[in-house]
Amino acid sequence: MKAVVLENIVKTYKTKKSTVTAVDDVSFSVEEGELFGLIGPDGAGKTSIFRILTTLLLADKGSAKVLGLDVVDDYKKIRDIVGYMPGKFSLYTDLTVEENLEFFATIFNTTIKENYDLVADIYKQLEPFKTRRAGKLSGGMKQKLALSCALIHKPKILFLDEPTTGVDPVSRKEFWEMLKRLKAQGISILVSTPYMDEAKLCDRIALIQNGKIMKIDTPQNIVNQFGKNLYAVHSEKMFNLLNDLRDYKKTESCYAFGENHHLSMKDEEYNLDEIKSYLEEKGHRRATIKKIDPGIEDCFMQLMKK
Amino acid sequence: MKQLMVFIRKEFHHILRDPRSLLVLLGMPIVQLLIFGFAITNETRNTNIAVLDNAKDQSTQNIITRIESSRYFDIDRTLNTNGQIEHAFKTGKIKVAVIFQPDFQNELAHANKAQIQIITDATDPNQATTLANYISAIVMDYQSEQNQQNNLPYTINTEMRMLYNPELKGAYSSVPGVMGMILLLISAMMTSISIVKEKELGTMEILLVSPMKPALVIVSKVIPYFVVSLINVVTILLLSVFVLGMPIQGNIILLITVTILYIICALSLGLLISTITNSQQAAMLVSLLGLMLPVVMLSGYAFPIANMPIVLQVLSNIVPAKWYIIMVKSVMIKGLGFAGVWKEALIIIAMTVFFIFVSIKKFKIRLS
Repeated sequence: MKAVVLENIVKTYKTKKSTVTAVDDVSFSVEEGELFGLIGPDGAGKTSIFRILTTLLLADKGSAKVLGLDVVDDYKKIRDIVGYMPGKFSLYTDLTVEENLEFFATIFNTTIKENYDLVADIYKQLEPFKTRRAGKLSGGMKQKLALSCALIHKPKILFLDEPTTGVDPVSRKEFWEMLKRLKAQGISILVSTPYMDEAKLCDRIALIQNGKIMKIDTPQNIVNQFGKNLYAVHSEKMFNLLNDLRDYKKTESCYAFGENHHLSMKDEEYNLDEIKSYLEEKGHRRATIKKIDPGIEDCFMQLMKK
Repeated sequence: MKQLMVFIRKEFHHILRDPRSLLVLLGMPIVQLLIFGFAITNETRNTNIAVLDNAKDQSTQNIITRIESSRYFDIDRTLNTNGQIEHAFKTGKIKVAVIFQPDFQNELAHANKAQIQIITDATDPNQATTLANYISAIVMDYQSEQNQQNNLPYTINTEMRMLYNPELKGAYSSVPGVMGMILLLISAMMTSISIVKEKELGTMEILLVSPMKPALVIVSKVIPYFVVSLINVVTILLLSVFVLGMPIQGNIILLITVTILYIICALSLGLLISTITNSQQAAMLVSLLGLMLPVVMLSGYAFPIANMPIVLQVLSNIVPAKWYIIMVKSVMIKGLGFAGVWKEALIIIAMTVFFIFVSIKKFKIRLS
């Protein structure tokens, strides 16, 4: 049995003036025990998919099943077995850290003791403050507590909508390690994130943009399908460099990626020395061009262009 | 069961850890009861009046003394000419002017007829009527005494008795009114706000997806406010008995029972409000405008229902507070038993069932 199956799901929101299609004919499935990532920018339709799967929203068209249960007909049964952490998740600010965790543990029919090992890594950092009210925690601490609250129960399937948004890099790493541990216990996990670097930590990912799924595969396969050489280009004048590279006749695409610009070339003969001399002509001294392996984000950009 | 206990404890934490709302919840009834019981009152006492005595004889002096010695009036000034009357009213110090005709005693003795003019400030018509009546009563009183001395062959005496509230205390109407208002406000407004707050916080999303049944969520939301309301009932009753001097004539258990019925009705109304609003402000606005106003205006607490236009009289029937106030007055003041209030109790129960039914129909098991 598959953990999650979506078939041709369509969800539109009507405003007074226009109709917005948030989810546009989306189909995919998640295997049992799989860590599946929905990767896409804000407004791609990730949250709508989560809400449809957690029985909180009704789709306009299509059908969806969670662990073989229909999200419309069997919504009560689904609510008994899934774990869910909404993107907009707030804690009770007037309860203490410990009370929050205890509350969520209890309403999910478990205790802190029983599943302590699931959240231990993150919760350990919070334990010195366990009698402090959640409203008085720092932003990152709040998110860690929210994660602990979402993970304290041991559901058969876990839906996490952008759990790491607003969390510092170290905690993000710890969080993903926690997810791996949950996965090892046989829990199927569907997670969404706008961070492309987290994508490669999933078993499989779906790249989603404007309500449409562009690609579903393992992160490695997606990277392999890039099918081109990718170069990191750096010079002293980065802003001009981006425009100049884009103007270059053999350039297929060039995007700013932190310290470097990622450049891919059209399917014709090209020569790195030729590019270098072109850049020098444009006044870029000490320009470096380095071949690199493409990442998920490069693939995302490439797919977006198609 | 453990879920329910933890949830209820969480709700109590919310209430107890917010000192301001706690103060409002428990302090408001006390303040309101004392304000309505003592400060704002329809009773007239020590009203300032002016006297223009054109006769200055024994009869007029006698009447003036009687007026002055009554607890309703204080003589603020004595006037000498008619011209001063209007000025006295315009300064706003006096509410009534009493004018005796010249040669009062002579006229009374020989023509069997003498005139006293009573002028009142009718900017407040009800009060003006009351004051004029009081003065007339004092004059009549004097007259009947005179008549007895003269041994007239026949006289008609009217004897009044104020049943259930012989001292005409304002507390007798303000206590039931405040109870009707406070309990509705706390139960309905606070419950609806606390449920809507979960929607705003986004925690409702988790609660919906959790194994916890929506009915249990509602029950745990409602119970703490039920307890708070009961505490308020006890404070109000203690205050009204020991501070306002208003005894409970009827069975206290019956009084508490009808009050519990009313609280449950108010809680279900709060539940209904929470299902139709999505923000705390909206819930508060609906509660205040939709509940407070009708309770004050249409429950018979501030204005007698019998005096209202027929449309409002009909409309007042759908205000639960009206029926509750009738029940409280019946049990607390008149000392009636269950037989005297069962109709009203049945109406409250029917309303509760209706509110709960609509709430269940309207309760959103999904987000939209």
